[in-house]
Amino acid sequence: MAIGTGCTARPGKSRNNKTGSWRVFRPEFINEKCTSCGMCRIICPEGCIGENEEGLPVPDYDYCKGCGLCAEECPSEAIEMKKEEK
Amino acid sequence: MNDEAACVLFDSGHRACGGCAAAMAARLILDAAGKDTIVVSSTGCMEVFSTPYPETAWGVPWIHSLFENNSAVASGVVASLKKQGRKEKVIALGGDGATFDIGMLCLSGAFERGHDFTYICYDNEAYMNTGIQRSGATPYDASTTTSPAGSCSFGNSRPKKDLPMILAAHGAPYVATASIAYPPDFKKKVEKAVNTPGPCYIQVHAPCCTGWGFEGEKTVAIGKLAIETGLWVNYEMENGVVTKVKKVVRKPVDDYLVGQKRFRHLFKPKRNDAEIAKIQALADRNAVKFGIDITLKK
Repeated sequence: MAIGTGCTARPGKSRNNKTGSWRVFRPEFINEKCTSCGMCRIICPEGCIGENEEGLPVPDYDYCKGCGLCAEECPSEAIEMKKEEK
Repeated sequence: MNDEAACVLFDSGHRACGGCAAAMAARLILDAAGKDTIVVSSTGCMEVFSTPYPETAWGVPWIHSLFENNSAVASGVVASLKKQGRKEKVIALGGDGATFDIGMLCLSGAFERGHDFTYICYDNEAYMNTGIQRSGATPYDASTTTSPAGSCSFGNSRPKKDLPMILAAHGAPYVATASIAYPPDFKKKVEKAVNTPGPCYIQVHAPCCTGWGFEGEKTVAIGKLAIETGLWVNYEMENGVVTKVKKVVRKPVDDYLVGQKRFRHLFKPKRNDAEIAKIQALADRNAVKFGIDITLKK
């Protein structure tokens, strides 16, 4: 395809970068302790925590950088950081 | 609260450091402002990590400006939308370097001319993208690469510039400070600013794990401590009058300083009582000026 003047070559979304490979520690979500307050989803800088039908958080490990903010701020200590096994 | 929309409007896969407050701020801003928003973003961390060529994390129209002409570009966008009769909201985003120092001329001009836009400064208190040089927003005694602490210096020798007050003096209808440590409060302020006609300003405290020297998981905790010690005050100003202030039971400034490498020289080899007393005096002055102290009943 010819590229005209002023065009961006191969434009795309940042989702092409799977930043999950940066992770050293991995957040593990303990659903029994979760109160569905939504704090982890609100503060995640990656925006990579979703929600299932039951209101429980669902992380997208393709993008999670393992910063640990969710585990640190979770009011019910329902997230634990575990060393990533590669 | 519409989390799904927020994820689409500012997408995953950006290249911010783990635990980045600016990335969190971008998500919260778009969550509050919604999809009918045009973002003008000056050079800085946020521009670099969110738009690695040829990709973008932004799900709204986004235009990159230089450090110095962010507000001028935003003014042009606003004027064009007005001519076309369109109703999109315009948000100009800049770091503290772009806002306090390099973009000050255009920012002042745009506020004086009264364009209908919202300027949001994510304040991480130094030029982080280029390698932690001091800016007009760097607090007293913070060590940066251009204000290094050593045998002849305790770090940055000047206090932070009071930019919200400067912009309020331009006659801005709405000026507010916020912190990423209090997301609902920040979102409320963004909503209010974008829906207020005229030039509005929000300065959001965005602790930088890389530049300040703390672990990424502590970003929110450090942000909270800044407020709890009185070194950062969350307030709103309408037409030059302070209308709302977040009150706290104040902690000593040590609690905030000790967790950051940029203030490490104040505690090693031993606590520098004289310098920490000066920082405590800044917090005390804030407390008196804004009346943030909660007095507990005994």
